[in-house]
Amino acid sequence: MEVRVQNVRKEFDRFPALHDVSLDIRSGELIALLGPSGSGKTTLLRLIAGLEMPTQGKIFFGDTDASEKSVQERNIGFVFQHYALFRHMTILENISFGLKVRPRSTRPPNSEIRRRAMELLDLVQLSGLEKRYPSQLSGGQRQRVALARALAIEPAVLLLDEPFGALDAQVRRELRKWLREIHDRTGHTTVFVTHDQEEALELSDRLCVMSQGRIEQVGTPDTVYDHPTSPFVFGFIGESSTLPVTVENGELWVGGRAIGLPAGDAGPGEARLFFRPHDVDLIEADASLAGVVSTARRVGGTRRVELEIGGAGHLVEVDLPFDHPAGEKTRLAFRPRRWKLFPAG
Amino acid sequence: MATKLRARRHRRVSPTSESRPVQWLLIGIALAFMAVILLLPLYAVFHEALIKGIGAFFAALGEKDAQAAIRLTLLVAAIAVPLNVVFGLAASWAIAKFEFKGKAFLITLIDLPFSVSPVISGLVYVLLFGAGSFLGPWLKSYGIEVLFALPGIVLATIFVTFPFVARELIPLMQDQGTGDEEAALSLGANGWQTFWRVTLPNIKWGLLYGVLLCNARAMGEFGAVAVVSGKIRGQTTTMPLQVEMLYNEYNAAAAFALASLLALLALVTLVLKTALEWRFGDEIAAAAKH
Ligand SMILES: Nc1ncnc2c1ncn2[C@@H]1O[C@H](COP(=O)(O)OP(=O)(O)O)[C@@H](O)[C@H]1O
Ligand SMILES: [Mg+2]
Repeated sequence: MEVRVQNVRKEFDRFPALHDVSLDIRSGELIALLGPSGSGKTTLLRLIAGLEMPTQGKIFFGDTDASEKSVQERNIGFVFQHYALFRHMTILENISFGLKVRPRSTRPPNSEIRRRAMELLDLVQLSGLEKRYPSQLSGGQRQRVALARALAIEPAVLLLDEPFGALDAQVRRELRKWLREIHDRTGHTTVFVTHDQEEALELSDRLCVMSQGRIEQVGTPDTVYDHPTSPFVFGFIGESSTLPVTVENGELWVGGRAIGLPAGDAGPGEARLFFRPHDVDLIEADASLAGVVSTARRVGGTRRVELEIGGAGHLVEVDLPFDHPAGEKTRLAFRPRRWKLFPAG
Repeated sequence: MATKLRARRHRRVSPTSESRPVQWLLIGIALAFMAVILLLPLYAVFHEALIKGIGAFFAALGEKDAQAAIRLTLLVAAIAVPLNVVFGLAASWAIAKFEFKGKAFLITLIDLPFSVSPVISGLVYVLLFGAGSFLGPWLKSYGIEVLFALPGIVLATIFVTFPFVARELIPLMQDQGTGDEEAALSLGANGWQTFWRVTLPNIKWGLLYGVLLCNARAMGEFGAVAVVSGKIRGQTTTMPLQVEMLYNEYNAAAAFALASLLALLALVTLVLKTALEWRFGDEIAAAAKH
């Protein structure tokens, strides 16, 4: 089911949590809502679910306007960060709940409900645990039950709010892979919220980066990572270094020195240069960014150094091969391989 | 060796604990106090009740007015407790699950019966429904007696026992939040199904705990009921009132026989309450505070 969020605004006690947000979610895709805490991800997800009503704007499920529909009528599957499993019901009863509460006319017979629940239990790899209670499961297992429970009603859209947020790193990575597999197998349109960029990049078909109640950028992980359209996205996704520069004569200048980068179509004046620390070439040319190493530390297979760029003493981070001899006070010159220019400020 | 031992002892003794003799002294004082204040009177009640033998005990309980008092007490509790369960559930649901203006005021209001003397609570109903009021004579013209009759006793009892269920459930429901309910709704359950299948099971032990305390107070209430009942023997005297009347008539054995039933109720309540706290402590909000 395709979902369209159209110019939605949401206020809590006059305080806007979302400003004029529009988003088209394609049928069958797995899209991540990514942003820092408080950026409005949960609010957007709950609006799609019908757990909140928009102050303004509409939400379409396919061609029907869902904005006026209740959460029950929308037929969504919602997975909560803290599982929200029914503690007095067994795992099997939890998974069957959505089918058991249906009105008699649409409720499958009990044997069929049981069969479907067992099938889902198998899908989430928890066969044999149907008689347990939620308190007898680990966090990762609970979240899998929560997913099975949401899938049982064959939802039009599957919505997950930081589903792995409460789990430790190891379990998180496993469940991530597993969620992707389940999605590929079942093909549900899925929206999941996360503040973990690694999770979003690895898991999603597309991601929607949010900040302060607005959508900053929507695109595939590659597009968003390689072509961020705003300083916020550049800074939020992946590692980044930034430096104020001056545009003059179609070139970029730092501290009165041309650094050997063309300005492209940027007009003359102040601007901000963004690049990735690992995306640089060390060079011995006059037209380069040059600085003195202030700190160096080992990060995985590379050595990350902080350079104090000559002039105003701005600090940028650059990655070197781990066997590079640079130490404190070493002078280095480099040029970003790929970079992006944004207006100053 | 010696240092090793000392190290182990140091690890075991928490910084807030006192030395052994002080501990024993404090426990001793507490036990002695309990014996004098609680156990001695309890013993006295049963002793006095049985002083003329078991036959006299049952004769006193089988007496017509005593029977009427027992029936009235049971009837009042049977009406007041279910009503307070409904009120308490509604109030705590509203307070725990919704945001609205005047919430803090409502919470204060729920506590009111605890801070008002029961006699005053009774007097309020006398003012509301008495001969000089507007409501009393009007209801009387339709043949409805409130004061010095069952409705007045029930009203006063409801007022006095209202907070027990609500105060138990509010923190419990606030603690549980709305996550489970939202999950149920998102799975297609309607409001009614959500309440019966999710909310109520989540609070059932807390609710039972509240009902237990509410019932004990409803059956034992004296002050408020004394003001509104008029103490018509065999008609509007509840067990506590009957006990007092018998005692004032120097019929100590009969008074204590009836009192022993109330004491028994208290003991049963105490045992059940403790059992609930022990078994379902994490599902009972009050247990954490008591
Ligand atoms: N029920 C609510 N009442 C008042 N403010 C809220 C409520 N829910 C969210 N907010 C506010 O809306 C903003 C966005 O919140 P949220 O959507 O939860 O962010 P995120 O999920 O990205 O961390 C926050 O500033 C938060 O304080
Ligand atoms: Mg959130």
